[in-house]
Parts: sequence; C-alpha cells; structure tokens
Amino acid sequence: MSNIPLVGYLVISTIMFFAGIYGFLARRNMLTILMSLELMLNAADINFAAFNKFLYPGQMDGVFFTLFAIGVSAAETAIAIAIIINIYRNLKNINVDEVNKMKY
Amino acid sequence: MAEQIIFYVLAIVIVVFSILSVTSRRILRAATYLLFVLLATAGLYLMMGYQFLFGVQISVYAGGIMVLYIFSILLTSHAGDKVKKVSWKRFVPAVFASLIGLSLCSFIIFKNVYKVAKTVATEPTMQEIGKAMMGTDKNQYLLPFEAISILLLACIIGGIMIARKR
Repeated sequence: MSNIPLVGYLVISTIMFFAGIYGFLARRNMLTILMSLELMLNAADINFAAFNKFLYPGQMDGVFFTLFAIGVSAAETAIAIAIIINIYRNLKNINVDEVNKMKY
Repeated sequence: MAEQIIFYVLAIVIVVFSILSVTSRRILRAATYLLFVLLATAGLYLMMGYQFLFGVQISVYAGGIMVLYIFSILLTSHAGDKVKKVSWKRFVPAVFASLIGLSLCSFIIFKNVYKVAKTVATEPTMQEIGKAMMGTDKNQYLLPFEAISILLLACIIGGIMIARKR
C-alpha cells in the first residue's frame, strides 16, 4: 500500500520542529513566537500519526493522541491570543523584550 | 510512483514554508506560510490513510486557529509593518541550537529507525473512531474526551475573562 518509509515522515517532522525551535529562540514578536510553537506542536502530531501507522497498524492510540493534541493546542492558542490582545490594549506593544512592566 | 511524487511535493512544501514562516519579516506573510505548512500536514495525514485526522486538521487548524491568528495580527500591527531584524546576538545561538538539535535527531533517526517499507493497509473507519472515543474499555478514550471538553469550557471562560472590557 504505502511506499513511503517511516524515515521520510520523521525527517520532515524533525525539520519542521527545529524550524520552530529557531523561530522560538530568535523572534521577538509574541505572535511569531506563538506561530513557532504551533509548528513544533504540529511536528509532534505528525510523529504520533506516523508511529501509529508504521509500528502499530490496526490500533488507534496515535490517532487519538493527535486528536487530543490538536484540541489542546487550539485551546492554548485561543487563550494565548486573548492574553496578547490584552497586552496590546494596555501597552501598545507585543515585543517580548519591551514588555517588562510586571517583571520587577 | 504517484504516491512518492505527492509525498516529495508535500515534503518540499513543508520544509520550505516552515523555514520561510519563521524567517519572514512581514508577520502576515509568516501566517500565510504557516497556513501552507498546516495544509501540507493535512495532506500527509491523508497519505497515511487517516481521513478523520485530515478533516480535523483542516477544520481546526487551517480553519479555526489561522482565522484567530490573522485577526490578531490585523488587530496588533499596521499594514506594511515589518518585524525588527533579528540581532546577531539572538540569531547565532538560535541557529546553533536548532542545527545541533537537527543533526542530533537526524543522526538518531537514520541510525536507529529501521526502514519499514510496507505496512498493513488499515484505515480506521469513522465508526471505529467513534466507538473508541465513546467507550470505557481498554483502548477507549471516554475519560480524555471528557477532560478535553472541560479544558475547552475552561478555555472559553478564561478567554472571556481575559479579553473583556474593564
């Protein structure tokens, strides 16, 4: 049925994950940091589905992990964007190195 | 053969656009590239034979989350705004960390994961997924389902509390 080896999926998700790591460390805008986080979560989801497909065909554990991870990340994104919009409303700025009023 | 061509196209789309989406300086473009990555991921799920995951990925990620992102980008930045250039002090450690991690993980993958060429063609039907989600036996997931429903409820309430006008 499938001619694609497991390694192919794993390599794609690894590259996606480390692109996310780079964005998380290098970028300073809160929304872009959140996008990098989204990339990392997505890479983890691909891994769950691929391992389920190749190592445990016939079971559905990986599918459900992916489903619940998508649900959790939707919730997390909604809350994070609410917080970011609130910060923007109060400080007119969403760069993480300039938002430090509550720090000290 | 056709399957492999589709896989390579999806792989190239994912790699190129995920890198572009973390390096693009216009934030709305970064969000659009992220949308492409999410759609290509949905294509990967379809190639693995998980139609339900495909639908969920399209409707929740590409439909719901991306709309939230685009709304918030339009609310928090002006047209033509560019993100500040990444300073060297941040760029070097970030590239360093991600390259080290990438090479380590690829080394582990290529060394240890044996190449499974063929798997049994099993595509879970919608009926099986529904039964597994609503049952309480072994390998059934009613408890996480309820937990995530409570999480979503808490998220709705929290979103209203955080974003309301004072």
